[in-house]
Amino acid sequence: MKFYIPPQIPRLALVFGIVISLFLLARHFLIPDTFGKYGPYRAAAMDDYTQLEIHYSGQQACFECHQDVEDLKATDVHSGIHCETCHGPGQKHVLSGEAADILKPSDREFCGSCHSLNAARQQDAIFQVDLKEHNVEKECIDCHNSHQPWEMKE
Amino acid sequence: MGNEGIKSSRRKFVKSAATLAGATMGYAWLKSSHFLLYGAEPEDLSLPWYGIGIDIEKCIGCGNCAKSCKKENDVPLEPFFFRNWVEQYTVKNDGSVDIVSPNGGIDGFVQRVPDEDIFKSFFVAKMCNHCAKSPCEQVCPVGATFLSPEGVVLIDEKYCIGCRYCVQACPYGCRFIHPVKKVANKCTLCYHRLKKDLAPACMEVCPTGARIYGNLRDKESDLVKYLKEHTTQVLRPNLNTGAKLYYNALSSETR
Repeated sequence: MKFYIPPQIPRLALVFGIVISLFLLARHFLIPDTFGKYGPYRAAAMDDYTQLEIHYSGQQACFECHQDVEDLKATDVHSGIHCETCHGPGQKHVLSGEAADILKPSDREFCGSCHSLNAARQQDAIFQVDLKEHNVEKECIDCHNSHQPWEMKE
Repeated sequence: MGNEGIKSSRRKFVKSAATLAGATMGYAWLKSSHFLLYGAEPEDLSLPWYGIGIDIEKCIGCGNCAKSCKKENDVPLEPFFFRNWVEQYTVKNDGSVDIVSPNGGIDGFVQRVPDEDIFKSFFVAKMCNHCAKSPCEQVCPVGATFLSPEGVVLIDEKYCIGCRYCVQACPYGCRFIHPVKKVANKCTLCYHRLKKDLAPACMEVCPTGARIYGNLRDKESDLVKYLKEHTTQVLRPNLNTGAKLYYNALSSETR
């Protein structure tokens, strides 16, 4: 028995074929190259992040020049604290060597950000002072060396 | 006749139901169950699988983590854009809880509840949990946010259309819309630093070592050591997000 195909079917198939191939062509050009390499996202986005500049150099970069501070720091309770915790982002200073590119905080409030009295700070975790009572007229660094806090200055 | 039809259709139904159940069980057995061990099951074993630890007992609320994050990642300085921040919880003697986070902790904390009213007080540093089954990733309509093969949730800033679905989906409130770029923004675990073998900025500056990051796949890493030595908990475990940020001494008041 001969199968009857209505004449509009081949014409419709042609139209469908054209539309679908146009869609596939557009899709081919619109989807980024690395899309779907690892999953349904653009893998090159990770390279975009990798290329970002760093601002914090890490303390090994500091010790390349400041060996003396490393030795000083190692003798006292601030030994575990990395340079950039207090001195701020150092990459610019590492590249330029300029003293202006690094912070040297000296005010009581800065030291107080760790050492001021607060009920949420555990007593054995950190040494705390009441900034309203402890030598109010002086800066902390008038007596304490910030790299070696328990070696009092004269 | 009608009775016959019912009988045969019942037999057919039981048959197909049994086949379906058998197939499902077979598939489940083949694919082995999806238990959440350390947040996920990694696929590429040659890459690290990053997780984070925050030790609440060690956190002193200095806010250096929040401050350094803004500097390292050029996060807008307005006090409502944060990739990470610190909260102070104060449980009073009457049971009520006072929660503060002035400028995310960057400006430091001033104890506002008098000592005699305090039952206990603690800091909770918060950041992206880099969930292995992250809700934010699942709602993205364009595939702009994804879990990298290293287990870091990232945003493709060129692909993001700024629809804000992910901002609402994150149960930890870790996302915001960047006011200049107009796309979603969040913690990248300093992906650019990890690739250079540097610690993320917040971990670099933490003075007490309260923040730990590491490779969950490396059984010798700092993080796995921390997980072994402490009783840890993730935030909102009921949501089954596969969070990889493990808190030590997490109190139930934490939201």
